[in-house]
Amino acid sequence: MPDDAVSGQPRELLVALLTTMTRIMVADQRIRDGIARGELLASYWPCAGQEAVAAGVGAALAPTDWMVTTYRGLHDQLAKGVPLEPILAEMAGRATGCCGGKGGTMHVTDPEHGLMLSTGIVGAGIPVAVGLALAARTRGEDRVVTVSFGDGAVNTGAFHEGVNLAAVWELPVVLVCQNNGYGEMTPIEHVQRVTRVSDRVAGYGIPGVTVDGNDPLAVHAAAAEAVARARAGGGPTLVECVTYRLWGHYFGDPMAYIPPEQLEAARANHPVTSFRARLVAAGVLDEAAADAVDAEAAAEVEGAWRGAMEAAAASPGSALTDVYAGA
Amino acid sequence: MADETELTMRSAVNLALAEALAADDAVILLGEDVADPAGGIVGATRGLSTRFGADRVRDTPISETAIAGAAIGAALGGLRPVAEIMIMDFIGICLDQIANHAAKLRYMSGGRTPVPITIRTAVFAGTGGGATHSQSLEAWLTHVPGLKVVVPSTPRDAKGLLTSCIFDDDPCVFVESVRLFGAKGPVPADAFSIPIGSAEVKRPGSDVTVVAHGPAVPDALAAAEQLAGEGVSAEVVDLRSLVPLDLETVLASAARTRRMVIAHAATTFAGPGAELAATVSHELFGQLAAPVERVGAPFVPIPASPALERSVLPGPGEIVAAVRRVTGW
Ligand SMILES: Cc1ncc(C[n+]2csc(CCOP(=O)(O)OP(=O)(O)O)c2C)c(N)n1
Repeated sequence: MPDDAVSGQPRELLVALLTTMTRIMVADQRIRDGIARGELLASYWPCAGQEAVAAGVGAALAPTDWMVTTYRGLHDQLAKGVPLEPILAEMAGRATGCCGGKGGTMHVTDPEHGLMLSTGIVGAGIPVAVGLALAARTRGEDRVVTVSFGDGAVNTGAFHEGVNLAAVWELPVVLVCQNNGYGEMTPIEHVQRVTRVSDRVAGYGIPGVTVDGNDPLAVHAAAAEAVARARAGGGPTLVECVTYRLWGHYFGDPMAYIPPEQLEAARANHPVTSFRARLVAAGVLDEAAADAVDAEAAAEVEGAWRGAMEAAAASPGSALTDVYAGA
Repeated sequence: MADETELTMRSAVNLALAEALAADDAVILLGEDVADPAGGIVGATRGLSTRFGADRVRDTPISETAIAGAAIGAALGGLRPVAEIMIMDFIGICLDQIANHAAKLRYMSGGRTPVPITIRTAVFAGTGGGATHSQSLEAWLTHVPGLKVVVPSTPRDAKGLLTSCIFDDDPCVFVESVRLFGAKGPVPADAFSIPIGSAEVKRPGSDVTVVAHGPAVPDALAAAEQLAGEGVSAEVVDLRSLVPLDLETVLASAARTRRMVIAHAATTFAGPGAELAATVSHELFGQLAAPVERVGAPFVPIPASPALERSVLPGPGEIVAAVRRVTGW
């Protein structure tokens, strides 16, 4: 059966999506391995399973666009173009980390690549993204701001206040809800009455769509439409990407609350391997070319890992700087 | 002085905002009811949206978290937002944005994302608003590294300090007292600013140092006047900002007078004066002629009845009594 979604797309986009997803998958795996082996002492919130969301959204953005994400942000950060080595160095508390080791896994910032905030407070990034969009528009800059958050964040006051403000001010914001089914240990159906998160924004008078978050083409199409609307002055959109968290809330989470068959099914249907197979089946890439994508990702991640781990630890004196300007 | 005008603190704040809006396109105001015709519930932003447009002086929904968060995002994006949180008691609603984001984004990013915002908020103590509309919560904010906390007591200081806050590269919380809003005082006619972190001796004296901020400053001056009649010379030091704290000025004064009273409208227990009392006691141990005294509100919510409210909010009488205690030693 021909894959119409694939055949309708430029080859360049398809390969870019697969490349980004593969880099994310390999980097996430390397971090989990590194922690398991004791090479890296850090808390980590894996993004495995959510690669397609990040890649699809990232491909819809210009380098000058701004992004806000969360502690579970590696995939978003890579898809936005933040280089991996300073992210890893940041997790490891190295001086070469993109925040000099003061941010850690949860708080990665890289304004040079448009990553304006990764917050550890659920929901809190949404109003900040609204402010970024306000600044862009006030200064006459052509920027769209995306803000990623989980399904759990939709129940915070910050979400509702932020979405309403973005709506009434018609700001260029794209709200990306990465609905992975759980808020920490709590399944979504315990904490919201409606089935779709996107239904909840109807009350704010903005469009909301739900897409298969494991299909990068579906995510990309919805994100591209939302970004175009925002860029054209049409205001915010919520894009709900339904996906699944393959390694629990934090790395080491025993996942006692997850039905094993649910997890097994999700792992069997990994978004990266299935997209790779789709592209091969459609003849976009042959096996050798797909293997080359994997090999490149592996080499890049290993190089970044070595560079980050070999870098010097942040010096203790730096703990006392950057509290105030000029100090 | 030649080039001074008499202004209320309300007009002084308004003038500082107007001058900042005129001087720099990056300055924007946002908050509930700040645009005309309301012009802010305390009238501080009156006329500004008419003059500068509704894009630069923005009415918001009743969404304190979004107001503070949007100000932070706008600052990250290159603006210098001035957000109004109508009444200080509501600051708890957006404390996450202020304490976890505004205060820490410079630090957590290793200096890459400064947050040059100003949050103006008003203390309504003394207006009969009761327990949810009368709190002096500046101590909450002084406990968070990364914020600056500024509390003016005169129209001149309000003008000069607010101007500094707006053009400062750190997040500043600017605490206005509604009780002080209507009183007139001299303000230089030309644009000027007062550095944040500089206390001012508002009245020189030699027998005792009374350190105060905000509405306790006029109370301290009234107390000093009364004490002068009794032959006690009280020096009144106005802190003007709690962070940064001008310890140098306070210590120099207390070392000279050897007696110190700290006065504020906030609760005494764990209040803003506790830090100062501890530091001065430590630094001047052996030099002080009496233990440091503190004057503040008792550890109760602020009651609504005018008679009850008067009984818990400290005034000149409490300061005079405290001075008598330290000079009786
Ligand atoms: C305001 C707030 N409350 C609680 C927490 C603790 N916490 C961290 S992650 C999390 C779950 C968030 O779930 P969701 O928004 O769905 O995002 P996900 O982790 O699934 O990406 C919670 C409750 C927090 N960080 N912030």
